[in-house]
Amino acid sequence: MSNTAQRPDAGAPQSAHCRYVLRLADTSLILAQRLGEWVGHAPAIEEDLGLANISLDLLGQARMLLAYAGELERRGRSEDDLAYLREESEYFNVTLVEQPNGDFGQTIVRQFLVDAWLHELHEHLQQSKDARLAEIAARSLKETRYHLRFSAGWMIRLGDGTAASHGRVQAALERLWPFTNELFASDEVDREMAGAGIGPAPAALQAAWSARVAAVLAEATIVMPQAASFPWFGRQGRHSEHLGYVLAEMQSLHRAHPGASW
Amino acid sequence: MAAAEAATVVEPPPEVLARLRALLAAVPDPEIPVLNVLDLGVIRHLRQRDDGTIEVGVSPTYSGCPATAVIKADIIQALVRDGFRAVAVDVLSPPWTSDWLSDEGRRKLLAFGIAPPAEAVASARQLLQPQLTVACPRCESHSTTKLSEFGSTPCKALYRCDSCLEPFDYFKCI
Repeated sequence: MSNTAQRPDAGAPQSAHCRYVLRLADTSLILAQRLGEWVGHAPAIEEDLGLANISLDLLGQARMLLAYAGELERRGRSEDDLAYLREESEYFNVTLVEQPNGDFGQTIVRQFLVDAWLHELHEHLQQSKDARLAEIAARSLKETRYHLRFSAGWMIRLGDGTAASHGRVQAALERLWPFTNELFASDEVDREMAGAGIGPAPAALQAAWSARVAAVLAEATIVMPQAASFPWFGRQGRHSEHLGYVLAEMQSLHRAHPGASW
Repeated sequence: MAAAEAATVVEPPPEVLARLRALLAAVPDPEIPVLNVLDLGVIRHLRQRDDGTIEVGVSPTYSGCPATAVIKADIIQALVRDGFRAVAVDVLSPPWTSDWLSDEGRRKLLAFGIAPPAEAVASARQLLQPQLTVACPRCESHSTTKLSEFGSTPCKALYRCDSCLEPFDYFKCI
């Protein structure tokens, strides 16, 4: 392995390419961390296992992406450095995934909205001109498809279930819906990646996402909320009040015992 | 990207290949020990580098499967114990699929009480498909119910037989 290309270059800004991969990595990592909070607390052992398994898949995807982002960054940072030693404003996940778990219904709504989006995203990224990203996406897509089956299935069971489960899912959807704007908004990073054939234009995913969400909501007898215009900016490092707490829990052990490993 | 590794690699001679395959056949999957790593379909290539080191290409079954690191360590240990120098490298593309489970592997799973994948992956692409029929590995009844999409390891789901009433693991189709 040639080491000259890996020379730490702390002063250089992150390229759009690196930033793009970090957005993907952080989205998987933060959602994995959120789902991990359910371990030992889910309503039934089967769902405890299900949420933990999805968390594990997302964590595996995040590790591949973080390792790659570290190479693109060229500052010599490993996946662990990136996960444990970045501050809140240096995280670029979509704001939706950092929202609190709430009850099981809210966790399922968040998971379904994200799974349906990741499904379209991974389908597109399989064709990326970045071969590394394409193979990570192809690997991830198989898992995403399975996650979507789980979360869509639960949307229908809860939505078309009892009055209580229906009411909770409808309320959770109203609460989380505004965060979905960010999934389809573009900035200069997205435009540069779309121009280079590395990532799809975010808006290109919206039609398929909306169609799938509408179909599942209809079956779940859940009403789709009105479009909300407020955009969130987690992908640019401007987060809701919740991410800091997630990071505090995720990073405290590593920061107290630098370099510790199993 | 491992492109910087300039070492030339070649297919090992047939007698070496046979020895390697025999060694790999004795390396179990740490989570489903009735299967070896060849049955599982995770071995993607066996090559010899110009310094004599054997390179084993290994695909993870799932991105986050904790067994992947153990599988690679066990493979290296088995080869080194037999006098080889060995490295295990990740092969991501094309991604592992349950279609690569060998016929022998499917038979072993069934005998062990785990139902093998019931379909080819092409049909699994269909989302929200109608519930597929998974036969009970104990009594062969087709009257079974899915209890959970996820089971005790990333590669398994949980079912129950409605005839003999035994719960059983199902090897997920992915």
